[in-house]
Amino acid sequence: MNAWLLPGVPAVAGAALAVAGRRADRAAPALGALAAAVTVALAVAAAVTRPAGTVRLVGGFASGLAVDGLSAALAVTVAVAAFAVLLFATGDRPGAEARFTGLMLIFTAAMLLTVTATDLLLLLMGWEVMGAMSYALIGFWWRDPGRVRAGGLAFVTTRAGDLGLYAAAGFAVAGAGGLELAGLAGAARPWRDLAAAGIVLAALGKSAQLPFSFWLSRAMAGPSPVSALLHSATMVAAGAYLLLRVQPLLAATGWAATLVAWAGALTALALGLVALAQRDLKQLLAASTCAQIGFLVLAAGAAAISAGAAHLAAHAAVKSLLFLCAGAWLATLGTESLAALRGAARRDRLAGLAFAAGALSLAGIPPLALWVTKGAVLTAVTPLSLPLYGVALAASLTAAAYSARALLILWARPAPGAPAGPPRDRRAGAAPLPGSPPRLRARGISPAGRVSLAGLALGALGFGAVALPPVADAWSRLTGSPPRGEFVSPAELAVSAVLALAVLAAVAVRRHARPAPAAPPAVRHGDARPDAVRHGDARRAGRHRGDRAGAVRRGRTGGGTAGGGWQAGRYGRYGRYGRRALGEWLWLERAAVAVAWRPLPAVARALAWVDDRVIDGAVRGVARAAVAVARVSGREGEGVLDGVVRGVAGGVAWLGGVARRPQTGQAHTYFAQAAVALVVLAVVIGAVGAACSP
Amino acid sequence: MLSVAIFLPLAAACVLAALPRLGASAARAVWILVSAAVLGLAAAMWAGYPGGVAYEQRLRWIPSLGAGYHVGVDGMSLPLVALTALLFLVCAVYTGRDTPRMPAYAAFFLFLEAVSLGLFAALDLLLFFVFFDLSIVGMYFVIVGWGHGDRARSALRFFLYTFLGSLALLLGFIGLFLGGGTFDLVELAARPPFRAEPGIAGLVLLAVGIGFAVKTPVVPVHTWLPPAHTDAPAAGSAILAGILLKMGAYGLARVALPVLPGAWQRHAWVVIAIGVVSVVYGAFVALAQRDLKRLIAYTSVNHMGYIVLALGAAGLAAGDERARDLAVTGAVTQMVSHGLVTGALFLLAGVVWDRAHDYDLTRLGGLAGPAPVLTALTAVAAFASLGLPGLSGFIAEFQIFAGVIGTGIPGAAVAGAIAVAGVLVTAALFLRVLQRAFLGGPGELTARFTDVRPRELLAVAPLLALSLAVGIAPRPLLDLVEPAAAAVVTLVSR
Repeated sequence: MNAWLLPGVPAVAGAALAVAGRRADRAAPALGALAAAVTVALAVAAAVTRPAGTVRLVGGFASGLAVDGLSAALAVTVAVAAFAVLLFATGDRPGAEARFTGLMLIFTAAMLLTVTATDLLLLLMGWEVMGAMSYALIGFWWRDPGRVRAGGLAFVTTRAGDLGLYAAAGFAVAGAGGLELAGLAGAARPWRDLAAAGIVLAALGKSAQLPFSFWLSRAMAGPSPVSALLHSATMVAAGAYLLLRVQPLLAATGWAATLVAWAGALTALALGLVALAQRDLKQLLAASTCAQIGFLVLAAGAAAISAGAAHLAAHAAVKSLLFLCAGAWLATLGTESLAALRGAARRDRLAGLAFAAGALSLAGIPPLALWVTKGAVLTAVTPLSLPLYGVALAASLTAAAYSARALLILWARPAPGAPAGPPRDRRAGAAPLPGSPPRLRARGISPAGRVSLAGLALGALGFGAVALPPVADAWSRLTGSPPRGEFVSPAELAVSAVLALAVLAAVAVRRHARPAPAAPPAVRHGDARPDAVRHGDARRAGRHRGDRAGAVRRGRTGGGTAGGGWQAGRYGRYGRYGRRALGEWLWLERAAVAVAWRPLPAVARALAWVDDRVIDGAVRGVARAAVAVARVSGREGEGVLDGVVRGVAGGVAWLGGVARRPQTGQAHTYFAQAAVALVVLAVVIGAVGAACSP
Repeated sequence: MLSVAIFLPLAAACVLAALPRLGASAARAVWILVSAAVLGLAAAMWAGYPGGVAYEQRLRWIPSLGAGYHVGVDGMSLPLVALTALLFLVCAVYTGRDTPRMPAYAAFFLFLEAVSLGLFAALDLLLFFVFFDLSIVGMYFVIVGWGHGDRARSALRFFLYTFLGSLALLLGFIGLFLGGGTFDLVELAARPPFRAEPGIAGLVLLAVGIGFAVKTPVVPVHTWLPPAHTDAPAAGSAILAGILLKMGAYGLARVALPVLPGAWQRHAWVVIAIGVVSVVYGAFVALAQRDLKRLIAYTSVNHMGYIVLALGAAGLAAGDERARDLAVTGAVTQMVSHGLVTGALFLLAGVVWDRAHDYDLTRLGGLAGPAPVLTALTAVAAFASLGLPGLSGFIAEFQIFAGVIGTGIPGAAVAGAIAVAGVLVTAALFLRVLQRAFLGGPGELTARFTDVRPRELLAVAPLLALSLAVGIAPRPLLDLVEPAAAAVVTLVSR
């Protein structure tokens, strides 16, 4: 097959839908699912036939696509995740379906281009288009300024990292004489180190690793299927993929691999703790995404390509599943607050069971997928550094804890007195304006959505088969990792399993020991601020209070009420601060705003002032002086002006004399005439200007 | 064929000027037909372009000065000739029948078209200068006659500022003549003057550089640009930004680099510094603007800064030659891309003015509601301008960054890395425009908006479609530009 078909088909289908606009709204969900199904077929075909294609885009540099083992694994993962999400979305109806489906398909195509590109130019093209699509999808409900701003924050933050990739392309030309990814490791110093630094920066930004994690928290503002795709196989996965892809470069520099490994491990631990402190299901899942992608980044640093690819694929299935479930509850219950979702999993058994499969896998419970793949990453880390291993192991404990917490809340018995559903008025009323979120749905998940959930749940459960030695060998061969010891060590798996089960049990015992909380406040009117002001449910805040600002700002999470397993007040002062820091995503966004976002417009305003007052002021001053001189010379009579002209002419004549070229002896008169003509023209224009001015 | 393309619009302009009583529809029809014919000629020239300097024509004009009517196009000027033809046609389509004094308006645009085509085709410095100055005169009358706001003042300022710049340019050209004994560009490039006198070459480069710097414009001689744009009619702004600004950058690449290679090499760092400052400064000042048109005007300073940076890097004779070829190719691509994208942005700003009679971003909001197509077009143009891959700006800027950094000279790598940051600021500022004016809740003036009319769509869509074409399949353009860029690099490396 032709390699260009793989990104080409979804890109063209998406562009056609987006251009068709409202006319295609009715057919768009089905067409989108169909295009995604075709893409899955293409990805599988590409994985089998391993096509490649080259093209010359700029200069003499070769660009191209190629599907090697790593790309094959990624391409199939991306295509399957996109298909599952778009299949689910056929029943989700976010409004403006053609635009939505079109953007999702282009988003997928950009990711497919990124994972198959063999050079920095095509990679950067896919990479940046993906960022732009994430902007358009996060801000999809454009009437809400908060959502648009969240999209802008995601784009600008990830683009800040992308600058590294732009610069890395230049460093690659300087050091390796070309843009091929494969040639980077052999580039001359210091260009090799600079290129590695640029690529690491871009990857950490895209993957929402520390210190860029905050944009992912805001990225929840988009429709739920967007989160399901953005958090699983695309966007955040792209950074980790790039690091896996350029692992030889990281290793060659001598420092980048270590840096990347630590960045990943620390993100996994810190954002795991952040996830533990969230009171909102989607925020919990978002923080968990950062943490899980941290394991991928760690794998890249530890040169565990196969383990990283396996974790990426398994996590994609798990996380898209969890986000689709969260989205389904948001669409029917109107909330994503954990407290208000208490018992939600019991309402729809399929969604509840699918969520349980995903959450148990995320917790690392044997024999589910992430237990194996995370174990494989840890196996690769063990020989590298004990402290690194310790951090990573602690991070995997937090994963077990936050997954267990979410699972236990969602499967808990509903609190006595809690209403059975959202207020009826949120399902009725006038149709929302275009560009706003749709009304709450009365019906549950559509049949297509159920198929999608069931399929993803099978993935979340079944990918654990990679623990079996034959499968593990096949996977390692597929993803082309150098055969460096075993894929996953049994000892590591045993330790992980015991620890995960212990944490699960501990969380369960803790929750059981406490009395069930009273009916959650979020579903009651007038008392809903803590979660209503979260952007996930901004619409309600806006409608009940006309409080747009409230919808924009993310609510402060201080003051424990129901639902949290980690109530404030039981800790000391520092503990309270720590908890708030975790709840607020370590104040990363505030820090970024204070360090970068606020000062930049201030600098811009200062420069604009300089531009108006100083630079332009100088020009105006010169102009005024010239006018004054003209007035003076006017008083002196025509003689002065004539003298100036004669002086100019004389000067030019003198220049002509200097040149001593007798054959052009008449030149000076031409110049003098030209100068006079120009002055006359200037005077005429000036007169017209004066006549026209009021 | 080239001369026909230059003089056909001039003849049409004379006819229209002679018939001021002609009806608006008839005048517009003549304008569109003539522009379309010129575009057809440009397309034919592109299709039949054999390489090297083609469609050359040489007539005696002022033999005692060694100045003649010498025109021709190569891979650097042909894309700009085609861009000129397209942009003028698009402006004709965009202009509504209700424009006051339509015959005169059409005549001035046709005059400007002839002048612009002539400038890009000119291979003689005196001819080049005549066209350079006439473009200023033509644009002055367009702003003063059909602008809005404080148009007389802005137009006068535009005129005097760029006219003073052109006087410096004339001085420089005279210097070149005195050194080389001719005004013919091809001969001057073949035997660069002042090889033995670096001091004089530097002074001549200063004069030429000032002339082109004002027109480009670069910081700090850019302050004529924002008021001229703000008060010009939409089509005038599109031509001013899309075509007239290119004259400065094109002049640098066409005259300064090949004719003064030694001086350019010696002062390459100054040029690079000016380019980097323009990139960063233009982006930041644009970020602070509330007026949509001023904002776009400052992004022009940013975008033209990339061109100046690339041309400066071309003068680093010690740098890798392939990388410098890439940078100059990027610079020419950026000229074309900026013409397409900023032309589209100014026409879209014209739509905003037509509905709201205001450019104040803070008074707009939620335009996606009443005007979804306008919003979609603006979003595409904004993303093209901020350098999103798949659109032309990315291809241009990527080549400039990779070329400048890829020279392998540490200073150039630092300059390139600083310039890369401009991409982030432009991203932030265009997202701010979309957020303020087009998305979110309705603003004070939103109720006045209707979506784009067919003629507006017909004018803007081709520009964006071409930007997309260049962004996805740049080869047809780059195949043309690359040999010419390599030739310029060879000339400047002597």
